[in-house]
Amino acid sequence: MAVTNFDEYRDVFVVADTIDDVVHPVTYELIGQARRIAKELGQLVQVMLLGENVQTEAEELVAHGADIVHVFESPLLKYYTTDGYTKVLTDFFEDHKPNILLIGATNNGRDLAPRMSGRMQNGVVADCTILTVDTNEGLVEWTRPALGGNILAEIISPNHRPQMGSVRPNVFKKPERIADSWGRIQIEQFDLKPEDIRMKRLDFIPFSKDGYNIQEADIIVAGGRGMGSKENFDKLYELAEAIGGVVGATRPLVEKGWIELPYQVGQTGKTVSPKLYLAFGISGAIQHVSGISGADTIVAINNDPNAEIFQHANYGIVGDCMEVLNDMLAHLK
Amino acid sequence: MELLVCIKQVPDTSEIKLDPETNNLIRTGLPSIVNPDDMHALEAALAVKDQYEGSRVTVLSMGPPQAEEALRQCLSLGADDAVLVTDRAFGGADTLATSYTIASAIRHIQRTMNRQFQIIFCGKQAIDGDTAQVGPQIAEELGMAQATYACKFSVDTAAQKATVTREHENGYEIVEVPLPLLVTATAELNEPRQPGLWSSIYAKRYEISHVTLRDMPNIDESRIGLNGSPTRVRKVYQPPLRGKVEMLPSIEEGAKKVLELAYHIKPEKFAHLLVPNDAPVEVVEDNDEGVDVKDPVQRAASVESVSPSEFKAVAAAKGNEGSKGGDR
Repeated sequence: MAVTNFDEYRDVFVVADTIDDVVHPVTYELIGQARRIAKELGQLVQVMLLGENVQTEAEELVAHGADIVHVFESPLLKYYTTDGYTKVLTDFFEDHKPNILLIGATNNGRDLAPRMSGRMQNGVVADCTILTVDTNEGLVEWTRPALGGNILAEIISPNHRPQMGSVRPNVFKKPERIADSWGRIQIEQFDLKPEDIRMKRLDFIPFSKDGYNIQEADIIVAGGRGMGSKENFDKLYELAEAIGGVVGATRPLVEKGWIELPYQVGQTGKTVSPKLYLAFGISGAIQHVSGISGADTIVAINNDPNAEIFQHANYGIVGDCMEVLNDMLAHLK
Repeated sequence: MELLVCIKQVPDTSEIKLDPETNNLIRTGLPSIVNPDDMHALEAALAVKDQYEGSRVTVLSMGPPQAEEALRQCLSLGADDAVLVTDRAFGGADTLATSYTIASAIRHIQRTMNRQFQIIFCGKQAIDGDTAQVGPQIAEELGMAQATYACKFSVDTAAQKATVTREHENGYEIVEVPLPLLVTATAELNEPRQPGLWSSIYAKRYEISHVTLRDMPNIDESRIGLNGSPTRVRKVYQPPLRGKVEMLPSIEEGAKKVLELAYHIKPEKFAHLLVPNDAPVEVVEDNDEGVDVKDPVQRAASVESVSPSEFKAVAAAKGNEGSKGGDR
């Protein structure tokens, strides 16, 4: 909402992301950022925690830096639903006016944030990777990648409150846990009826047991067309297993059926931010590279010394992928 | 059924190249395409039309007049009607102002063309902005239920319900949602069809109607265009490049470097390779040359010769790098 009474909008709020009543790691990353922003503006960090049975999680949130945790418990909030979350949160924000509102850019968070902004008529910035504060004007500067990660845009929301954004998981560090942190846990009363929620969950099928979330991995061993054959590509799993990583791939390999879609890295797949990204036989097309710009260290292995990927890597190895791979595996035996 | 598909004409960002001399993006002269996820949204609507005879697919886009081209492409695939929402007053809009303008146009179409859309299909996100916001914001403005990240979709017209499989980070959620409904499509949802001969001729001859500001007298002008946008882009810049790549001189050196990097992230994975503390340290040829085996930091760099009890020392000496290895 466009406002003039800026002083009434106070504090940095975080919406906790939960799956089956367990807080998603991005929530802690957000609390860390909220702390930093709140300190610069001299305000508090308040966390909105929704679920069926989440009070023990509330204590963890306090230990990681929340000043106040508002707990909303109901069987209706057991799973995330657009309608349930939007109603509970926006109803609450009618009385408690946040200055800043942070939401994790998970699939649920990216479903929720725009819906809430539609209801509250405020600006929302998606998938931020850099958060800074303009202390003169009391504004958050939300920086996000656009055009497939090729450019960064810094966005502000000068006249509307709350200032809201979703923040990518795995970009910011989880703050340290301080066991004797002081914080208040508040159990909130709210109005939510079954008929308020239109969507009904019929089933949830987790990815297969050896399935993994590539976006949370610290080490990714990724293959591209240069791997040559599925047999060669499958050897990457050996390396990944040995060094504690997971396997990812470029789009062509997914199209060939060598690996499933959830493990595709790049613009039409997943955006990842591991500590180490090993690019085996990946040419470096921009739509792949845009998905790995958040990686701390990239090592490219390619037999073409002029491959584009070397422009985006920290370290380059020119050579046959299989030779390099076998050399590494030999060291690990 | 009355079905609506919202599409966006976008620059083909996969064609973006770096200027080899300046390292700047070459952003001009990019070909325009229908946003890839929107093609899956269209296919989903066409599949419903194939299933339920008498259904009609309307395609809507907001953009400059040249976006007609994108709409024609949708008509050539089998859409029945196409509407372009276009006016200079709509320009410069952020996602909230865009969604309000599109929602207003949808109300206008429903009123003037006398059709009530039961399902609105959008792509999950557009490749130029990647926000994934306009779909849910349209749904909110129109008071419809939403199902985002759809990778399977079916509708039961008798029950007025859709069953949607939604992609999550850790699995698939299957949900049931009543109509009217807004769905956002992922690439997993379907395989877009090829243009048909008759529909291509139809697309060429079809006169695309325009919806402008003047057509919508009830629209709240304080909520459209740049002035109706709560967000402002303060600056746009190219992310700093990673710095100059260090090319490793040989495959062996390269492999060693990679293992060293991995060791610092997940030292526990290398524990079985390490020499126990009380056993004599084995001197590995060409690897330990010149390395002071008493200094854990130097030995960490040679990967194979650090004992588990030294992890703490290494971690402390390396400014806590070792402790970052745990799963987050």
